[in-house]
Amino acid sequence: MLRKIRIIIAGLMLAGITLLFLDITGALHAWLGWIAKLQFFPAVMAVNLGAVALLLLLTLLFGRIYCSVICPLGIFQDILSRLGKKRRFGYKPERKWLRYGVLALFIAALVAGVQVFVAFIEPYSAYGRMVQNLLAPLWDWGNNLLAWISARAGAYAFWPKEVWLRSLPTLIVAVVTLVALAILAIKGGRAYCNNICPVGTMLSLVSRFSMFRPVIDTSKCKNCGSCARQCKASCINAKEHKIDYSRCVDCFDCIDDCKFGALRYRFAWGRKKASGTAEGDSGRRAFLTVSALAGGSLLAKAQEKKTDGGFAQILPKTRPQRKTPITPAGSFGPKHFYDTCTACQLCVAACPNNVLRPSSSLEHLMQPEMSYEKGYCRPECTKCADLCPAGAIFPLTPELKSAIHIGIASVDRSLCVVETDGVSCGNCARHCPAGAIQMVRKDPDDEDSLMIPSVDESRCIGCGACENLCPARPLSAITVNGRSNHIID
Amino acid sequence: MDRRQFIKTTAAGAASAALASCGVKGGKPQSEGTMEMRTNPINGDKVSLLGYGCMRWQMIKDEEGRDIIDQDSVDELVDMAIASGVNYFDTSPAYLQGQSEKASAAALNRHPRNSYFLATKLSNFRNWSREASMKMYYDSFDVMETDYIDYYLLHNIGRGGFEAFSRRYIENGMMDFLLAQREKGKIRQLGFSFHGSQPEFDAMLATHDTYKYDFVQIQLNYVDWKHADGVRNVNADYLYDKITALGLPIVVMEPLQGGALANLPRSIAQQLKERDPDASAASWAMRFVGTHPGVLTVLSGMTYQEHLEDNLSTFTGFKPLSEAELDFLERLATTMKEYPTVNCTACNYCMPCPWGVDIPGTFQHYNRAVGEGDFPQNPQQKDFARLRRRYLLSYDRAVESLRQASHCIGCKECLTHCPQSINIPAELHRIDRYIEKIRREG
Repeated sequence: MLRKIRIIIAGLMLAGITLLFLDITGALHAWLGWIAKLQFFPAVMAVNLGAVALLLLLTLLFGRIYCSVICPLGIFQDILSRLGKKRRFGYKPERKWLRYGVLALFIAALVAGVQVFVAFIEPYSAYGRMVQNLLAPLWDWGNNLLAWISARAGAYAFWPKEVWLRSLPTLIVAVVTLVALAILAIKGGRAYCNNICPVGTMLSLVSRFSMFRPVIDTSKCKNCGSCARQCKASCINAKEHKIDYSRCVDCFDCIDDCKFGALRYRFAWGRKKASGTAEGDSGRRAFLTVSALAGGSLLAKAQEKKTDGGFAQILPKTRPQRKTPITPAGSFGPKHFYDTCTACQLCVAACPNNVLRPSSSLEHLMQPEMSYEKGYCRPECTKCADLCPAGAIFPLTPELKSAIHIGIASVDRSLCVVETDGVSCGNCARHCPAGAIQMVRKDPDDEDSLMIPSVDESRCIGCGACENLCPARPLSAITVNGRSNHIID
Repeated sequence: MDRRQFIKTTAAGAASAALASCGVKGGKPQSEGTMEMRTNPINGDKVSLLGYGCMRWQMIKDEEGRDIIDQDSVDELVDMAIASGVNYFDTSPAYLQGQSEKASAAALNRHPRNSYFLATKLSNFRNWSREASMKMYYDSFDVMETDYIDYYLLHNIGRGGFEAFSRRYIENGMMDFLLAQREKGKIRQLGFSFHGSQPEFDAMLATHDTYKYDFVQIQLNYVDWKHADGVRNVNADYLYDKITALGLPIVVMEPLQGGALANLPRSIAQQLKERDPDASAASWAMRFVGTHPGVLTVLSGMTYQEHLEDNLSTFTGFKPLSEAELDFLERLATTMKEYPTVNCTACNYCMPCPWGVDIPGTFQHYNRAVGEGDFPQNPQQKDFARLRRRYLLSYDRAVESLRQASHCIGCKECLTHCPQSINIPAELHRIDRYIEKIRREG
């Protein structure tokens, strides 16, 4: 019974968070956004004390049920694990040196600003990365087929979404993640969760003391050992009738499995004390220290290609070099953003304007950055800020968003079509939502001179409308650089 | 029933079915009578009041993805038109990316050359050197495999003022050449097609004494009759009076304003249907043009069989409009001008835009939405969110995002090409501002 309830809740939670990534309409965000906010590590990064306290309390009360019903990577591993034979596990002692070693490395990486490592093993990010890079394209293609049919039927139920490779390195990491996870899950059940996962290790510090837990009733146990062979966490020592609650994820498989009713999930606080560890304590302290570092140069390469026919050919835009990366309004600037972001890809999935994509630079690998080749940051859109579970982008209203200066545009006159083609243009000025572009006479002495753009730096908000709509191709004549600190009017 | 009888009956059935498919539209019986014919006062040609404009043949993609004319559909339509009495076919070396002359002639050459009148033009817009113009002239004969052209036109006069006319035809000696060709009988009738303002038109008519035109082709429909742009295009009633005063026949183009008068705003269409539930919107516009006795033929660019069938039922047993009906259309035209639509006829003369904008596509989408009357305007409007969503989605469907109005840089390259005198950049920017406003209300 408990097992069935667990499976139903887990299925719903996994479907919910997966849909959150796949949703094209943006309508589900309001309904399902809370699942992302409930993820442990992003909540820690967001200093979302309510969520963290709730999860810790939950773990203290019921053990690591978080790992079984809330963590999408945990649920996903349970699904992968079903591919293997039944009853293939057996008790293994806890590998403390590995768990705490990885946790220590994780915290060190976080403090040192090596976010790649953090994003690589953090479970929610790993799951988001796989969905966004591997499942979303399939989903979108399916949607595009429906959109095609819908357009022919004159209906407006579906509309096409462009499927494009946002970052090859991130795609590769996603594939590696999936393969590694599949091997671990099929061979060792929850091997990742109990050896590597930093969230699992952190929760284990609390779950050792959980109030409700599965307990073996020695009077009923016939020592058949079936529960241990069934345990995907390899945490049941059937011989000694002991369960390692630091690794038990409360899946209740053993309870369901025991023919003799020897296993029960019940209140058992205070019995079988397990000892905390020094690494763990230092880990908790380290979490509270503020992280540092970030910044530097970005190596950018455009990777898309598109063909066109019929009308005049339009060259695809290439990404300009940006001295400072552009990060969304609400992130305060690249430093806070890259220190806090767990690279879960939720904002990348949600961005309706194809502005956000995972960075391919070594320094911020997989963490999102903004670029304006395919669209620009529309003034009415606050989707990324509404969704971010890690507090890397704070929620804001459209009005506030349009008052935040995230970058500064600058003009390269040698590329401007007014110079190169001798035509009048002003498309940048016409579309600037901040009125930051002034058209000035190219030749100040000539009354009828063509007009060229100039940027009023104090007004520019860095939204990229000018860059995206600039007719100069493949490089825009007006490009945006990020601001190291976002400022508000 | 014996075998012979059976065959007889089914054959008759098949024949009548074939006939029915030719002349019946939506189950409505074809009008009684024969094709309305007009007599050319200059040379006595008996011309069908319905003429075929060969600017809008159906385009398909070839194996390499290029646009080509669907020759099969051209053949079918031409056969059907000729069988129904249509005998005037108007093409140009410029139409349909230069493919119209060949495709139209390929279909026509399957009929005796003396069973129809062929019209084409000297469309030397981009290169008016004598060499290029001469080549264009002779190419028409080669491409269409004909020894003579019945109606030959100086194409799109008025744009660029009298200067352009002078440059394209007088200074390069083409006018003298064409007059000589008319003497030789290579050209049976020489005329010009006109889009422009009154001074330009007056200047053109002043040259009639010298060149003795045989006909003039103008844009005439119940909106342009009294409600043309006024600044850059002159009202058709003025043109009509001046040309008929000279005793010249008039060939009419754009009787439907590029299809706009066949796809009317909902409230306007409603008024037409209330007056006659069975008449198509296009038939009203066609009858308006045909009602004027100075009109020799009305050119209609019929892309599909349904277009042709509808027109055939209008011009077979033709009924001119009554005074009351003319007043009714005039009232309609007045209301129609109040709609903020763009009077683009999708002739594609402005294309390709050097910056990649789909100009006609953008205008058509906008017009359709405005014409439906339920386009998003402001957030207080009932159902605004749904209308906004539908408008923006349908815009993306109709026009690829990289070719939408937001990409018009205002270089004005298109201005000189538009026969309707639309201030294309200004209209694109107006539509873009509207769309941007709607987007931000999300």
